[in-house]
Amino acid sequence: METTRDLRALRPGDRAAVAAVHHEKAMARRLMQLGFVPGTLVTCVGVSPAGDPAAYLVRGAVIALRGCDAARVEIVPAAEVCHG
Amino acid sequence: MAERTGPVVALAGNPNVGKSTVFNAITGLRQHTGNWPGKTVAAAWGTYLHEGTEYTLVDLPGTYSLSARSPEEEQTRRFLREGGADAVAVVCDATCLERSLGLVFQVLELTGRVVVCVNLLDEAARKGVEVDLEKLSAALGVPVVGASAGRGRGLEELKEAVARAVEDAAPPPPRPAVGVEAQIAAGEAAAALAVKHRRGDPGRGDRRLDRLFTSRATGIPVMLVLLLGVFWLTIVGANYPSQWLSALFAAVEEGLRTLLAALNAPGWLTGALVDGVYRVLSWVVSVMLPPMAIFFPLFTLLEDFGYLPRVAFVMDHAFQRCRACGKQALTMCMGLGCNAAGVTGCRIIDSPRERLIAILTNCLMPCNGRFPAMIAIITMFFAGQGGGSLAAAAALTGVILLGTALTFLLSRLLSATVLRGMPASFTLELPPYRRPQVGKVVVRSLLDRTLFVLGRAVAVAAPAGLLLWLCANVTVGEATLLARMAGALDPLGRLLGMDGAILLAFLLGWPANEIVLPIVMMIYLSSGTLAEWESLEGLKTLLTDNGWTGLTAVCTLLFSLSHWPCSTTCLTIRKETGSWKWTALAVLLPTALGALLCLVTATAARLLGVA
Repeated sequence: METTRDLRALRPGDRAAVAAVHHEKAMARRLMQLGFVPGTLVTCVGVSPAGDPAAYLVRGAVIALRGCDAARVEIVPAAEVCHG
Repeated sequence: MAERTGPVVALAGNPNVGKSTVFNAITGLRQHTGNWPGKTVAAAWGTYLHEGTEYTLVDLPGTYSLSARSPEEEQTRRFLREGGADAVAVVCDATCLERSLGLVFQVLELTGRVVVCVNLLDEAARKGVEVDLEKLSAALGVPVVGASAGRGRGLEELKEAVARAVEDAAPPPPRPAVGVEAQIAAGEAAAALAVKHRRGDPGRGDRRLDRLFTSRATGIPVMLVLLLGVFWLTIVGANYPSQWLSALFAAVEEGLRTLLAALNAPGWLTGALVDGVYRVLSWVVSVMLPPMAIFFPLFTLLEDFGYLPRVAFVMDHAFQRCRACGKQALTMCMGLGCNAAGVTGCRIIDSPRERLIAILTNCLMPCNGRFPAMIAIITMFFAGQGGGSLAAAAALTGVILLGTALTFLLSRLLSATVLRGMPASFTLELPPYRRPQVGKVVVRSLLDRTLFVLGRAVAVAAPAGLLLWLCANVTVGEATLLARMAGALDPLGRLLGMDGAILLAFLLGWPANEIVLPIVMMIYLSSGTLAEWESLEGLKTLLTDNGWTGLTAVCTLLFSLSHWPCSTTCLTIRKETGSWKWTALAVLLPTALGALLCLVTATAARLLGVA
């Protein structure tokens, strides 16, 4: 539980909550505007044939991210958010 | 727009919420709309009348935010900031309202004269999503109207609400500026109040389709089958109208000749009008028009359905390895329709370096002006006529794949040399699939394409025909001007597996690729042989009589795939890059690549003794 996990850990069908976005300013802002805000539930809905990029369902929209960008989105298990 | 006195209304919205459909439906202006993020790359504007007042509607580029990350966002932000509009209509996607509301809250920080248009209500209903417009309006503090712009519903209500927002003596004040997180939270809260899901997951059908279109097992095969299918339908469907048109043009030609003879027209006039203008025109219309008029609607259907972003998703890894952007796949798709459009479309790529790569490689996708000629060559030399349409479609798919491979090669090369750098971060939205409005799309794009091609045929092909006829009949010394030029180019042409006439045709076809094959024919005909050329068999006889072999056909295909962009595309590249240097590179690179391919192919064939 000590190691932090990022979006890349999600397999299709897995769900988790965003904990933090660690990216350069403009891209962090873009990701937040797309809904990657701490506390938001994210579901991995598919990976491309090469395994990268992957597609994530966030706030009702599906957004594809490359591995290098997905790595910047830290996640925590979805259950932790439900407990508050 | 400076002289306009009526109110100016800005139309804002996330990419892919049907904003352009709303714009078209209200202004009646024809503008191509697409189901992929960022299709509207420059602000378009139009006017409409409402209760006697003329309103100007400005279609702002689709953005997620006003944070000025990309040129489009910058443009939108500045327009709204500097009070360019008397009111703002923000279009939202009812199937994905929470997301759309983020932008609404950003706009509300700039002005209170806002009307929210919840579009795609029909699509939402189909997915079991209900939006309570009154609750939403209460939560936002501004008027909300529902619409299904594709079906023309809700537009009158939108115009009325906009009129009231413009006239409102005491509009709500702009909201105090808060951070992104607060905006998102506000959107979430408003959506939670207004949206009801009747069924569990509204995106379940989409996820199933995504598995088919993007999974490891089926993603790439399905993409190839779709491409093949579109080409097959194009080739099969174009066959009959092509034959009818050819027969029609041949009959009219007879009539023209009889008429001119009856009028005692001099031989040179008949020659210039009938052999020059009329024949080039009729070739372009009968051979080029049917494939274009069929391909374009088919492709637009795929686009409307929402398939193209999936192509970008599937192909992104390859682009990543070339250090380019996955959205380049979208600009390549646009290039299949028209390279100039593809080059303009490169604005959807945020990173300037990656955008340049996409611009410089776009003409490696054979546009609508090229692949009908490719179909003709493939049919004549490789697939046979009649039963060979599947083989012809497969061959054409092969050509496109080669173009794709060359695109990767050139992109990687550019990334390693003049455009060195690492791939930039980017996000790609995979929008919800939508049921394409088949009837509307087919009729509109068929009509658009037909008019477009006919317009070009008159504007370019007809004058080119006249000029060519003159060149073919003005003699300098012993030979005609055309024959002299072709003769001068012959050694180079033969080295590349073609001949001087073909190379000259590519050069003279610079204004429009449609006229390359007719020029080849005219050069051959100018040396005296007169053939029946109303059918492809007749044309094949003419070509083989002039020394065409399978190798000539292959090299012509290769060079057609990879040579300089047409004049319109060159000007567009100059405009988009703002530099003649990059434009020159965009001409040189594909030309060198094509010449190299032809040289290698021709040399190998000769060494192996197959040519």
